[in-house]
Amino acid sequence: MLELYITLAFEFFKTGLFAIGGGLATIPFLKEMSDVYGWFDIDTLSMMIGISESTPGPMGINMSTYVGFNTAGILGALISTLSIVAPSIIIITIIAHYLKEFKKLTIVQEIFAGIKPAVIAFIIAAVLDLFISTLLHADAGLSLSFFNIPNIIIFAILLVVYTRFPKIHPIFIILIAALCGVIFSL
Amino acid sequence: MRLLWELYSTWFKMGIVTFGGGYAMLPMIQREVIEKHHWATEEEILDYYAIGQCTPGIIAVNTATFVGYYQKGVIGGIVATLGVVSPSFLIILLIASFVSNFLDYPIVVHALAGINIGVCVLMVKAISSLWSKSVYNIGSFVIFFAALVLSLFSSLSTVLLVLIAAILGIIFSKLKLVKVEGSKDA
Repeated sequence: MLELYITLAFEFFKTGLFAIGGGLATIPFLKEMSDVYGWFDIDTLSMMIGISESTPGPMGINMSTYVGFNTAGILGALISTLSIVAPSIIIITIIAHYLKEFKKLTIVQEIFAGIKPAVIAFIIAAVLDLFISTLLHADAGLSLSFFNIPNIIIFAILLVVYTRFPKIHPIFIILIAALCGVIFSL
Repeated sequence: MRLLWELYSTWFKMGIVTFGGGYAMLPMIQREVIEKHHWATEEEILDYYAIGQCTPGIIAVNTATFVGYYQKGVIGGIVATLGVVSPSFLIILLIASFVSNFLDYPIVVHALAGINIGVCVLMVKAISSLWSKSVYNIGSFVIFFAALVLSLFSSLSTVLLVLIAAILGIIFSKLKLVKVEGSKDA
């Protein structure tokens, strides 16, 4: 059992160290774990991905908790989750320590001036799929059914309300939206 | 001690209500970290995102470590990170132990469909509030547009795109096409 814990810690530390760019980047590493150790099969993996995507929290964390629990119980979940965040904590702490000094250099300021507009593009690119799948029926072809009318109406109303009353806490928008989903059986 | 608790509970709260990963946390970060606690500015959060893009690990975790570190050093970084990770961990443990088939319940599916609409609403607001600070002239628009097109339609990795944006940042700064922090001309 101890050996299993150590393997879990090693594998998830490795994933945390090499998966660059968020939760989806962990999937190839998890596939490899399933091939090498047989901890779970591909069907279980896709079920875990589905549940991780539809529960709160960063997907990479959800996945490591899930895989760790399925493989070695609560302690396994704890070890996997702590192992996947450990590299980030170490690397970011080091960067954070030097960032303020670095940012005094003109060249670094110039680099960040270039990266800033690009980050907005990355954010839009990352959420575009969600917008398309939520507001459109992408497979419907060019007709009126191309638009998901009920979703678009709810989206528009909530957006107007949130723009008009910006003090509303984001949590309430999420709750109202969830309620709309249940009431209108979206 | 009080600050540590605030770091933990604030990031815990954000972990609960974030569906779909790091970028979807942006509206919550704006409300809690920037407006309520003044732990960072919008510019700083964009910097952390940019760094998170080219360092390993989960964006939400990297951002939590950054914010925590600047408030309370290494221990602050760890506490904030544990805060953002805890809800995922607990929720996934619950689901994995008791309701492995929770996606079979229609009410869950409807609520999740509604939540997606809510996330879209929040993202529109979040992106539009960052927009004016990041894309403010021709030079920054060119970088934004190039990054958007390349991340949607090319297979170049985000790390490479960040590098390209950094180089453009240096060139455009020399040509006075983008604003550099600390200097007055644009």
